[in-house]
Amino acid sequence: MNATSPQTAAALEIRGIRKRYGALEALRGVSFDIQRGEFFALLGPNGAGKSTLISIISGLVRANEGSVAVLGHDTVGDFRQARRLLGVVPQELVFDPFFKVRDMLRIQAGYYGCGKEVWPWIDEMLERLDLSAKANASMRALSGGMKRRVLIAQALVHRPPVVILDEPTAGVDVELRRMTWAFMSELHRQGTTVVLTTHYLEEAQELCSRIAILDRGSVAVIEPTQQLLARHPYRFLRIKLAGDAQLPEALRPLVTGEVGGALELKLETRVHPIGGVFDALRTAGVAIEDVQTREPDLEDIFIELTGHSAQAAAANGAAT
Amino acid sequence: MSPDQLGFVTLLKKEVMRFWSVLGQTVTAPVITALLYLLVFAQAMKGRAPIYPGVGYTEFLVPGLIMMTVIQNAFANTSSSLTQSKIMGNLVFLQMAPLGPLQWFGAYITAALFRCLLVATAMLIVTYPFVHLPIHQPLALLVMFVLSASSLAVLGMIAGIVAEKFDHIATFTNFFITPLSFLSGVFYSVHALPPLWFKASHFNPFFYLIDGFRYGFFGHADVPILYSMLWGLGFFALASSVCLWMLVTGYKLKR
Repeated sequence: MNATSPQTAAALEIRGIRKRYGALEALRGVSFDIQRGEFFALLGPNGAGKSTLISIISGLVRANEGSVAVLGHDTVGDFRQARRLLGVVPQELVFDPFFKVRDMLRIQAGYYGCGKEVWPWIDEMLERLDLSAKANASMRALSGGMKRRVLIAQALVHRPPVVILDEPTAGVDVELRRMTWAFMSELHRQGTTVVLTTHYLEEAQELCSRIAILDRGSVAVIEPTQQLLARHPYRFLRIKLAGDAQLPEALRPLVTGEVGGALELKLETRVHPIGGVFDALRTAGVAIEDVQTREPDLEDIFIELTGHSAQAAAANGAAT
Repeated sequence: MSPDQLGFVTLLKKEVMRFWSVLGQTVTAPVITALLYLLVFAQAMKGRAPIYPGVGYTEFLVPGLIMMTVIQNAFANTSSSLTQSKIMGNLVFLQMAPLGPLQWFGAYITAALFRCLLVATAMLIVTYPFVHLPIHQPLALLVMFVLSASSLAVLGMIAGIVAEKFDHIATFTNFFITPLSFLSGVFYSVHALPPLWFKASHFNPFFYLIDGFRYGFFGHADVPILYSMLWGLGFFALASSVCLWMLVTGYKLKR
């Protein structure tokens, strides 16, 4: 059990979490803290253990070893208080077909011991998530995007200081993604700790101040976003050669792919200065039609650390 | 009201709203089915000698039919609610909520009791034109009603926790609940049975639930009321222990 005082405790304290499913070890002693007020990303390829960890935090799965505390309250020994402080948006699009949207939200609030005092907040959320017109509609009658928004409202209905969103924007349109992040950013500004998992790494890069990458059940890295981006010792150079020109032999090992007819070269900052590439091209008499540089983004770091593309991982199957 | 109490009341309210939203299916349909049984059996058994002194067959039949319907509906209420929530995936809302095993247990059982009370009251009303039932022992009637509905609601919870698909619930219903409720003396007195079946009936807990309930109306029964109450209490205690163990350990609920 975690013993930190609730007044000074981190938003989430995760200590030595291990989870086995038969022979498969889904989590191999995961430990880290998420501080109060952070906007934190938990990333990793499918099978990395992200959803298992979230399920353990939210009480859906029992860990074989280790403990989790929400603002100092152990999720097993003091589960009631821990759960009242936590809101979780599940990854699956689940809903109760017997109820209308507003009724469902009021019921959800009641589970957490909240009564009529949160009804104005429920109406405000319906407004903010563009669901007011559907407040009295049956859950069955909603589109996928609307059901996703109701899930977000359900997680926030008891005004939890810590919110976990497990791939809340998977399969939703751009407008809903924008609306979701605008709403979550506002809650974050008001002091809510937000933890998200996503396969859209640009979201994590843009929103989150700190990022953990899980890989095969262990924490591969946990760092502030800018520090994580800065530690990548590469940059990318895209060159479109004129006519039928061929890249000089010496530069070919640096090619990582082709984008829109341009070759992308991965250059180690200290070993391959961009000037050296232009010198080699000039020496070989190769003319350039266009050139662009690109700094590494989170996707590059992700591939570097896990050997997977986040988007490809998302397309290849369900998360664990 | 404390947050824990409000959580319990909300879950209870949600369970009542769930069956209330499909009242035709959860209350009206079983009442009509029971009424059909009454019409058919009362007609077929017309003219038979009274089963207890002064108690005609139709009078004898109605309490049994009420209790059979209560038993089947108590089981159906909790089992279908839990199974549906598991299959639809919305059980996570409850699993992530700050509700403990006793709150789950109490809310599901109380909602089933409420549905059974509605069904039993509706049956008394619709059978009133056919038969005027006396109430000799109201306390026994109430105790047996609560014990029966609660026990079967708990069994329904166990089935709902164990079931992974609706087929599993149908198996429970078709191979356990329906045969035991039909072979429990709803339509006859067990004294009319051959010796082997007479003895076998005494191992059927539903027999005691129905017999004790009938005692509440007529002051007569096949076995002493104390036996029926003790069987009912034992059945409830056993089923509740299993169910609470499942809820506390997260059996089939937590991976």
